[in-house]
Amino acid sequence: MDEQYNEGLPDGQGQSAGNPRRDFLKKSTLLTAVALTPGVAVKAAENHVDEHVAAVFEKLPVDIEINGVKHNVLVEPRVTLLDLLREQLNLTGTKKGCDYGQCGACTVHVDGHRVNSCLTLAVMVDGKKVTTIEGLAKGDELHPMQEAFIKHDGFQCGYCTPGQIMSAVACVREGHAGSEMEIREYMSGNICRCGAYPNIVNAIMEVKAGGQQV
Amino acid sequence: MKQQELLNIPPFTEGINRVDGKLKVTGAAKYAAEFNLPNMAWAVLVPSTITKGTISTIDTKAAERAPGVLKVITYLNAPKLPGYDSGKDPSKPPTGGGPLRLFVDNTVKFNGHPIAMVVADSFERATYAASLVKATYNKESFQTDASKVLDKADTPKGPRFADYKRGNPEEWQNAPVKVEEEYIIPIEVHNPMELSAIVAHWTADDKVTVYDKTQGVKSTQNAIAQAFKLPPDNVQVITKFVGGAFGNALRTWPHETATVMAAQMIKRPVKLVLTREMQFNSVGFRPYTWQKIRIGATADGKFTGLIHEARAQTSSFEEFTEGTVNMARFMYACPNVGTIYKITPVDTNTPTWMRGPGEATGAFALESAIDELAYKLNLDPIELRIRNHADTDPENGKPFSTKYLKEAYEMGADKIGWKNRPSKPGTLTEDGWLIGYGMGSGVFGAGRGRATVKATMQSDGILLLQTAVTDIGVGTGTAMTQIAADAFGIPSSKIKFELGDSSLPPSPTQGGSMITSTVGGAVHDACLALKEKFQQLIGNGGSDKPDYAKVLKDKGLQQLDVTITSSGSSEMRDFSSYSYSVHFVQVKVHPKTGVTRINKVVSVADSGHIVSPKTARSQVVGGAIGGIGMALMEEAVIDHRFGRYVNADLAGYHVPVHADIPQIDALFVNKPDYKVNPMGAKGMGEIALIGMSAAVANAIYNATGKRFRELPITPDKVMI
Repeated sequence: MDEQYNEGLPDGQGQSAGNPRRDFLKKSTLLTAVALTPGVAVKAAENHVDEHVAAVFEKLPVDIEINGVKHNVLVEPRVTLLDLLREQLNLTGTKKGCDYGQCGACTVHVDGHRVNSCLTLAVMVDGKKVTTIEGLAKGDELHPMQEAFIKHDGFQCGYCTPGQIMSAVACVREGHAGSEMEIREYMSGNICRCGAYPNIVNAIMEVKAGGQQV
Repeated sequence: MKQQELLNIPPFTEGINRVDGKLKVTGAAKYAAEFNLPNMAWAVLVPSTITKGTISTIDTKAAERAPGVLKVITYLNAPKLPGYDSGKDPSKPPTGGGPLRLFVDNTVKFNGHPIAMVVADSFERATYAASLVKATYNKESFQTDASKVLDKADTPKGPRFADYKRGNPEEWQNAPVKVEEEYIIPIEVHNPMELSAIVAHWTADDKVTVYDKTQGVKSTQNAIAQAFKLPPDNVQVITKFVGGAFGNALRTWPHETATVMAAQMIKRPVKLVLTREMQFNSVGFRPYTWQKIRIGATADGKFTGLIHEARAQTSSFEEFTEGTVNMARFMYACPNVGTIYKITPVDTNTPTWMRGPGEATGAFALESAIDELAYKLNLDPIELRIRNHADTDPENGKPFSTKYLKEAYEMGADKIGWKNRPSKPGTLTEDGWLIGYGMGSGVFGAGRGRATVKATMQSDGILLLQTAVTDIGVGTGTAMTQIAADAFGIPSSKIKFELGDSSLPPSPTQGGSMITSTVGGAVHDACLALKEKFQQLIGNGGSDKPDYAKVLKDKGLQQLDVTITSSGSSEMRDFSSYSYSVHFVQVKVHPKTGVTRINKVVSVADSGHIVSPKTARSQVVGGAIGGIGMALMEEAVIDHRFGRYVNADLAGYHVPVHADIPQIDALFVNKPDYKVNPMGAKGMGEIALIGMSAAVANAIYNATGKRFRELPITPDKVMI
């Protein structure tokens, strides 16, 4: 039970922590909080003891299913879904391009909808299903959109590609791939600086025209 | 199938798929920041809040006490790097000044100059602690507006930048028809999608491995070895994938050296990823450049004199130079030509080469001015160019190795429907929009450098090729595989090309449209040498296309390999070699809102034999889109009262998105130039962008009758 929370912790800090949040609540009842004299509290704050205390109890348990695998992680509320994927779970297929929701490189599916994972806090996806680029193929069998991107050369450097593909799949599923113009409109949240746009649009048109299940 | 026809899917070009395509579409391709090492720490930089001055106090106490913080590095506690004392820094540009170095003293040279680095056990903790670092400064007055100090511009040192004169350039003034106009481009930022990043890992006291975003693993290896006074072999630079760079990873920037230093200090691997905002002031940009073109022609359109003058920004501490005015010297046959190139220092970081580099800046001015001249002469702009076509290089008198520029004009004109272009501007309308056609040409030197390639036939019949080049996204691995398949005579599926590691045989930095020629030439030569070695092994009478795995087995060999270093032939010196591009654009401009939409684009490349058609097409399309961004939207804006960028993100700094870009036709003359290399291939990365912004500006003039000489051509400028 305890080990499952270790995944998201740097330095293996979770080894003996159990559920620190619950422990903290157990140990620091309202009474003991009141018993702290203001002087002590101020001194603690000055020495940044408060931050060290906060560091322990401010992590929240989050249950996420990512690409069909259940993860129980402890994360600080300020951790984005993107950084959880890349820095803690080593799922680096999802890319950081701006961290402000302006480029789309971090696009993933949450319960089937495309979202910018850099604008999504990890705690917001508690209990939800996340699909990243790593979860799109069925084993060695690529998703039709992945095949189409290769065929139409829908990329150069490949950095925006996972976001483009996740967005493209959602674009078709949403019913927003009815024409070239519509695709261009609904894919405009995904920037490609190498300029693979026409090839990406062609790939999406082919998948849409092929009528495969996406 | 029928549905596909309805959707009007254009046929894609032939050629093999990208060899690393599967890795890229599955998320398995690993970029610099994606090497997460055991016990790794995260670094975050603290930027200065002033533009120029000195740090008077810097308080790091709160940051040091914050949870998880391992180190806060400032000029007060940073170790002095041994290589910073003396010696040539290979990362510095070829002219004067010196590169920026972090944490060596208390000076602040530009807004966002890093004053501290916080290293912690998580990214979030490092980011938070970085916000706790507080500094006070002695502010000094500064100037970030290059347009205000153009009169202080000076000629850079070195013969390449001296004023150039052929005949009497002032002859333009005596011509019956002339153009004298000024052109301005703003600061533009590369903004590749991948943020600059590095992971540094000291594997021993005197050995370091870095996973870095760089366009040259060998040059970064040398720069780090130099800074830390290590033998180059003790520094390993790994760059398996680069998420675009466009020039911003041509140099080894100070944040890279600083991260290596941090990893040494805390004895743990350290990762640093620059923020998008820091892309604007940490890794170069295309400099603000003012240009003036003076050109005269006879009544029948023969150029009589041409002067191209440019003044560009550099930093206060380092000279940055590029070939802004070079094209004017050799692109057209004109007896009287002058070029003047000067740089002026301002309080920003140093600019660097951005795709097309100076030639793209220069072509905007020159190709716009020639368009202006064509209207004054009442001549078709293509006809004017053909009348001044240079049959031999007017700069040095040498013949061209190959030049099919006239064919390129014709191919592009046919494809875009140039005959529909109204000769009188502002006369063609469609559904309330003004329609216009424009063209512009580009040129870039086609050379071949030196590279070493190891070719190994393995026991499994796979041909392994290895060299320390990088692939910034252009498809180097794919092109090299194609070249090897042709040279060795085996299917591309039997070839593996390994790159992106400084411990492999040396290759140059990827830039300047040189890699297909340079590394491709070496791949070709290595394949032929290995084939020869096999023939000797087999002896006379053996098959020309043997079963290589079987030969190795029969001879009791595990593998057979050769390592070949090769470079261009001396014959090249007798010729001038260039790649050419011609871009055609059809725009529609809304007269009330000033909105410009790109309707059609045709880009034609005369870049020798096309070795990898699929990736080549993508490269030309991508360059055209970069040129559209340059023409219509890209501008990094500094509030000169504070010296700070006000649009340092991708919401404020506009680049083209899907909705801006139509289908683009990329055409190739596809005639080999065997003088440059045995494949007959010439570079195309730069020409894909050079000349495009002029084509767009010229099309907008054709649509509206309004001439725009300052980029970007945004709706507010057009509607007035």
